[in-house]
Amino acid sequence: MTAVELLEFARGPALWASLAVLVAGSLWRIAGILRLGSKPDLSEPRSTRLLAGAMRGILARMIPRREFRDRGQLGVWNAYAYHVGLAVIVFGYLPHIHFVERLTGLAWPPLPGPVLYPFVGLTFVSLFIALMERLTDPVRRLLSGFDDYFSWFVVLLPLATGMIAIHQSYAPGAAPAPPLDPLPLAIHLLSVELLFLWLPFGKLAHAFLVFASRAVTGAALARRGAPL
Amino acid sequence: MSERARMVLDSVKAPDARRAAREFVAQAGRDAAFQLESCVHCGQCADACHFHRVSGDPRHTPIYKLQPMLKAYEREAAPFASVRKLLGLAPPEVTAEELHEWSELVYDSCNLCGRCTLVCPMGIDIAGLVRLAREGMAAGGFAPPDLYKAAERALDTGSPIGLRWPALKRQIELQEQETGLRVPVDAEGAEYLVVLTSIEIMGFAEIIGALARIFRQAGASWTIPSAGFEATNVGVQMGSREVAAELLSRIVAAAERLKVKCVISPECGHAYSALRWEGPNLLGRRYGFEVVQIAELLDRFVREGRLRLRGKDARRLTFHDPCQLVRRGGITEAPRRLMDGVSANQVEMPGSGAASFCCGGGGGVSAIHRAEGLRFAAFECKKQQIEATGAEALVTACGNCRNVLEEAIDHYGMTLPVLGLTELVAQYLEPETREG
Repeated sequence: MTAVELLEFARGPALWASLAVLVAGSLWRIAGILRLGSKPDLSEPRSTRLLAGAMRGILARMIPRREFRDRGQLGVWNAYAYHVGLAVIVFGYLPHIHFVERLTGLAWPPLPGPVLYPFVGLTFVSLFIALMERLTDPVRRLLSGFDDYFSWFVVLLPLATGMIAIHQSYAPGAAPAPPLDPLPLAIHLLSVELLFLWLPFGKLAHAFLVFASRAVTGAALARRGAPL
Repeated sequence: MSERARMVLDSVKAPDARRAAREFVAQAGRDAAFQLESCVHCGQCADACHFHRVSGDPRHTPIYKLQPMLKAYEREAAPFASVRKLLGLAPPEVTAEELHEWSELVYDSCNLCGRCTLVCPMGIDIAGLVRLAREGMAAGGFAPPDLYKAAERALDTGSPIGLRWPALKRQIELQEQETGLRVPVDAEGAEYLVVLTSIEIMGFAEIIGALARIFRQAGASWTIPSAGFEATNVGVQMGSREVAAELLSRIVAAAERLKVKCVISPECGHAYSALRWEGPNLLGRRYGFEVVQIAELLDRFVREGRLRLRGKDARRLTFHDPCQLVRRGGITEAPRRLMDGVSANQVEMPGSGAASFCCGGGGGVSAIHRAEGLRFAAFECKKQQIEATGAEALVTACGNCRNVLEEAIDHYGMTLPVLGLTELVAQYLEPETREG
């Protein structure tokens, strides 16, 4: 298989297959949890504004409570760093916007390179800090297993391969033609597809499960009038 | 129901890991599953837990305490369980050795205080999940023996320490002599039914006299039942819904027999959780009466002008928040308004209210003898919060907290009286005139 053929494979069947697994796997996971069902809470609620509680639960947990900011804040700030960094890279880099445009027809203005490139560096460094913390902190080391480390790896891989493919040039405003050397891009795309394949099954599923978990607790605590 | 409750207690004679695993899976409903699946192993709950803070033992990380339940869930009920089994990737079955080890983690080193729940960035109600995990542990026979014994005594006598009606009757008579007020017993049609905990009855019986004075000034009818007077629910602490429901049904039966409008949950955090939040779900039906925690009732009476306070305690007082009332029950402001009414010099602990540390004895830990050393060690966090205030006396609204705090204060050689909020309020009631 030539590099061009590999790129065609990554842009074609591999992409669609991985997206299908991403969507089907995520739906399966959510449906598998929903089918477990729940019993109605018969206690008299202090508040019936459960939807508001769920929304508050989702939003409030984005920022740690003041009372808990007295220790161990490196992990918290570092998590902000790589989450924000990844979001900026995924949604602000022109080739990624082209990629989304090709799939959905949606496009938006990209961030300029001088703004975006520092985020690449920041994200790369903070992912390694996250790994170091996981390996050196006794609590995180005890809690962590294959899922945690593999999830870290499949997030880092697209970033690393993307950095190799970063110097490809693309004409603005339209989906680009294959670059002169298609191999780095093919590998980058395949690494993204590995992430798509893994996301529904491992810890990366927190990308969607977090909303359900926070909402469930937010509603339950709101029902009792307890602090969120 | 009673037979089913006794069957649970028999499980301790022949611990069975598979029975525990089945119960873990049965407890993992939709909401619990969303939470079990969401953990990203960030470890923030460890820093929130007073047991981990003092021991530094990573096994005391709250989410780690759920490992056996998570394993059973992932093996049997999680969305990809069957595929993982087919591929040989399912977690192994939980073993008896594992559950014996986790008994210390799920019981001795967890007060169900909910501080971990509050800190979790994924919104996982870790304390709620530990409460569910205890159902599996208790069903399998892996709860601490002290809790099985307390449950057995509670089923036999009505009280976890074996206290029966004659003992309460004697305390009531003493309080009637002390206050010169009558304490109504089994008064049908009373507005309020007061239930008590064994700790209050034996350790802080003055609360009965305090209640008599409070209800007289408020002009409210009340009664104590001769059967179903015990509010302590060891079933909730050990994690047996059968035992919990049986004990709870006795209070509900008393309330229905005496046709009261409202049951007053006493100064006890977990009793409030059991009666107010878990009760209707344990019994499978809604109550025909209201449940109000005593601090809420006193606050209501004061705001309605039915209780008139005069004078204030001049000492530097600080209020210890019982976890089940604040973090798990939503009662934060009522005790503070009451404190404002009776204290001229109230000072808040750092992190008071939502982030207050547990006394160390909640969630049944105070009843587990083998956990005593760990409980005293965990008190170090509370001690620091208390000492930061320079308080001359500590006030709380939970008899168990009060007892545990007194023991710990004594253990650390501190000199700090611990007061009950209800008694403090009664102490500052405007004196009744002869005509009144």
